[in-house]
Amino acid sequence: MFEDFLFRAFFAGIGLAIITGPLGCFIVWRRLSYFGDTLSHSALLGVVIGYALNFNIILSVFVISGLISLSLLYLQKKTNLPNDALLGLLAHSVLAVGLVTLGLLSFIRIDLMGLLFGDILSVNFNDILIVWIGGAIVLFLLIIIWRPLFAGTVNLELAKAEGLRPEFANAIFTLLIAAVIAISIKIVGILLITGLLIIPASISRNLSTTPIQMAIIASIVGVMSVILGLYSSIIWNTSTGPTILSVALIIFLITLLPLKKLPIFKKQTKLSKTANK
Amino acid sequence: MKNSLIELNNCGVFRNEKWLVRGVSIKVFREQIVTLIGPNGSGKSTTAKMALGILKPDEGTNLIQNNIKISYVPQKLSIDWSLPLRVIDFMNLIEKNEITNIVDTLSITGIEHLLYQDVRNLSGGEFQRLLMARAIIKKPDFLVLDEPVQGVDYPGEIALYKTIQDIVKNIKCGILLISHNLHVVMSQTDHVICLNGHVCCSGAPKSIIKEPEYIKLFGNSMDPTLAFYEHDHDHKHLPDGSIDHSH
Repeated sequence: MFEDFLFRAFFAGIGLAIITGPLGCFIVWRRLSYFGDTLSHSALLGVVIGYALNFNIILSVFVISGLISLSLLYLQKKTNLPNDALLGLLAHSVLAVGLVTLGLLSFIRIDLMGLLFGDILSVNFNDILIVWIGGAIVLFLLIIIWRPLFAGTVNLELAKAEGLRPEFANAIFTLLIAAVIAISIKIVGILLITGLLIIPASISRNLSTTPIQMAIIASIVGVMSVILGLYSSIIWNTSTGPTILSVALIIFLITLLPLKKLPIFKKQTKLSKTANK
Repeated sequence: MKNSLIELNNCGVFRNEKWLVRGVSIKVFREQIVTLIGPNGSGKSTTAKMALGILKPDEGTNLIQNNIKISYVPQKLSIDWSLPLRVIDFMNLIEKNEITNIVDTLSITGIEHLLYQDVRNLSGGEFQRLLMARAIIKKPDFLVLDEPVQGVDYPGEIALYKTIQDIVKNIKCGILLISHNLHVVMSQTDHVICLNGHVCCSGAPKSIIKEPEYIKLFGNSMDPTLAFYEHDHDHKHLPDGSIDHSH
C-alpha cells in the first residue's frame, strides 16, 4: 500500500509538524492563540493576489501575512485595545477584503476546499523541498532569537532593561509564523494550521517541566499525530488534515489522564532531592 | 567621584494627558545606594524605568553610561501557567550561567534548595528572593530594585537589606532602590529622594532607631540596618494635584 504519494505526504507532514511544535509553544505562552487564525484568514487575500498577479502563491501569502502581523505589532503600540480585539479586527476585515477582491477578479477560480483544508496527498517533490528548506530556515532563525524572544515572553521590560532586544525578536517571530502559514497551506490548509500550532504545544504542556522540553515534546507529538493521522485517514478513507488534528485531540485527552503517577514521570522529584544536599 | 552610572536631568513622563512624574533629577554613582520613597502613584516605578532606559522621558534627558551591566528587579512579574519554568531556567533567563554559580547565588538569598522547583510553586517571599538572586548573578554595575522586599517576612526583610549592602560592597555597583515605605529605609542609603509626582525633598537619611514609633512597629531590636528618614516637607499638596510652596 506504500505508494510514492504516501511517502511524499509523510515527508511533508512530518517536516511541518517539526516546526509547528516550538512555534506553537511560543503562541501558547504569549496567549496568541488567535494569531494563527488571523494570519490564516488573511491567507485568502494572499492567495487571490498571488493568482491575480500570476505570482508564487506561497510567497504572496507570506508577504500578506507578514504585513498583517507587522501591522498587529503596530496596532498593539498605537491603540488601547486588547490583543484579542485587535486579532479579531484584523482577521475578519482582511478576510472580507480577500473575499471582495476575489469577487472583483471574476476570472480567478480557486479550489476553496483545497485552500481551507489542504490536500496533503497531492503534494509534489517541490512542495516537500519548500517545507523542509523553509522549515529549516524558520527553525534556525527561531534558535537564534530564542533567548531574547523567551526572555521577552517572561517579562518584556526586564529583557529590555538588561540589554536584550525583545521587540526585534517579536517582529522576527511574527514573520516566522507568517512563513509557516504560507508553507502549510497546501498540507493542512488555512482552517486547520492553527490547530497544528496549538494542539501539540498544549499536549506538551501536560508532559513537560522546562521550556525547551516543552518545545521538543511538541514537535514529537506533532510528528506522531501526522503519522497516525495519515494512516488512519487511509484506512478509514477520511480527509487527511482533519484526521491528523483529530488524532492530536485524542492524544491531548490521553495526557489529561493521571499519567504523572507512572514511574517515568517521577524523575524530576528525584533530581530536586539531590539538589537539596 | 568619577562619572555617574546613570543621570536623569529634569525628566518627565507624559501619558494620557497628564504628567506621571516631572522634574526629576537623579544621579547614581558606583558604590552608592539611592532610595526613592513616596506614596502609591507618585511615579517611583516610572522614574526607575527612565533610569533603566525602558521609558524615554518626554522632557529632560536620561544618560546611561555605555557598556555597563544593568540588572532589574521589577515590581510585578507574573509568569503564565502555560509556561513551564523552574528556578534554574529563570536564573538563566538573560544569559547562561554555570550551575555552581547559580547555586552559590541562590544560597546568598537563601533559596538554593528550590533549584528545580517550578517558579509558580514558590511563595511570594521566595519569589522575591529569586528575583534578587537572578539580578545579582551577573554582577551588575547598576542595579534597580523596585520594592524588593514585598511579601518577605520581617527577618527575611532585614536579611535581604543586608544582602543589598553586601552586594554594593562586593561588586561595587550603584543601586537605585524603590520603597513605598515612607519611614523605614536603610541606614546605609546614601541618598533619599522623596517623590510625589515630582521631587518633594531629598537628602541623607537620619538614624532614629530609638524613636518610640519605630520601636512600637518593629520591637526593641536595635537593628542598625533599618533607619529613619525624616520627611522634610516644605510645601503642601493641594487636592487638585497642584503644589503650594507658600509657607
